[in-house]
Amino acid sequence: MLTFELPLLILLLITAAGAILVKDLISAVLMLGSYSFFLALVWAWLGAVDLAFVEAVVGGGLGTVFFLLTLFQTDPKDQAIRRTAPPVAALLGLPLLGLLLLYAADDLPEFGDPASPASVHISPVYLENSLQDTRTPNVVMSVLMDYRGFDTLIETVVIFTAGIACAALLRRTSV
Amino acid sequence: MIHPHDSVIVTTLSRLLIPLVQLYAVYILFFGQYGPGGGFVAGVILGASLIFGVLVFGPEGNPSGLAKKVLHGDGLGLIVFAGVGGLCLIGGGEFLNYANLKIPGLEPSARRSLGIVLTQIGVALDVAVAAVSIVFSLAFFGHDEDSHA
Repeated sequence: MLTFELPLLILLLITAAGAILVKDLISAVLMLGSYSFFLALVWAWLGAVDLAFVEAVVGGGLGTVFFLLTLFQTDPKDQAIRRTAPPVAALLGLPLLGLLLLYAADDLPEFGDPASPASVHISPVYLENSLQDTRTPNVVMSVLMDYRGFDTLIETVVIFTAGIACAALLRRTSV
Repeated sequence: MIHPHDSVIVTTLSRLLIPLVQLYAVYILFFGQYGPGGGFVAGVILGASLIFGVLVFGPEGNPSGLAKKVLHGDGLGLIVFAGVGGLCLIGGGEFLNYANLKIPGLEPSARRSLGIVLTQIGVALDVAVAAVSIVFSLAFFGHDEDSHA
C-alpha cells in the first residue's frame, strides 16, 4: 500500500524544500513545477483524476510559464536575497501545530470509507441519479456543471476577475 | 521582452504541435462528460497552446494574430455561461436548471446534458482568455514606459 505513497511523499518534500532553499530563482520555479507534477501523481493515485489533470496543467504548465515570464522582467540571479534565521516562536510553535494536526488527523475517517460522514450525506444521491438525470457518466462533471452549477458560475466570475485585474494592474499601454 | 525564436527546429515543431494541442483541448472539452477533463482543463490547454505560439513566434508573428484577437474576448465565456442560465429562466424554470432549456424533441435529461456541454464551453473560453490575457499583461505591455522611467 505504501510502496507508491512513501516515495511520492519524499519526492514532494524534496522538491518543496528545494524550491525554498535554492538561490537561483529559475531553478526554484522549475522545482515548483516538478512539485506540481508529483502532486498530480498523488491525486491520481488517490483516485481524483480530474484534480490530477488540473494540477498538472495549471501547476506544472501555466503557473511555471507565468513565473518564468515574471522572472524575465527582473534579474533571475538575484544575489540580494538574504534569508534570516527563523524566530524562536516559529521554531517552537510550528512543530507544536504539526503535532496538534497529527493528533487531530487520527480522528479523521479512513480514506475511502463508505460510512464516513462525507460519503453518506448527499454523495449517494449524485452517484445514483447522475446518469438518469443528466446522461453524464462522469459524476464529477455533472456535480460541477449541473447540480452545483451556481458555484461553477461564480468560479468563472473569479477567473474573469483575475484576468481583468491583471490587465488593469500590469498593462500600461494600449495594444 | 520575448523575441521570435530563430531555431528552425523549434519553429517547425511548434507549427506541428500547436494545432495538435488545440485539437486535444477540444477533445478534452467534449470528453469531460465521460472521463477526466472538462471546461477548465480544456480552457487552460487551449490558452497554453496560444501562449506557446506567442512565445515561439513573438507577439508580432503570424500565428499570434489569433491570440491577440482572443485578448478582446474578456467576458465572452461568462456571457455564454450566464446566458445559458438566462435561457433556462426564459424557459420558465430556475436559473441554471438546464432541464428548462426550450429545445423541442429533447428529454429533460438530454437537455441537462446539452446544458453541461454549453456551460463547459463557456468555462473553457473564459479560462483560455484569462490565461492569454495574463501572459500578455506580464510580458508584452508597458515596457516602453519602463525604459523611460
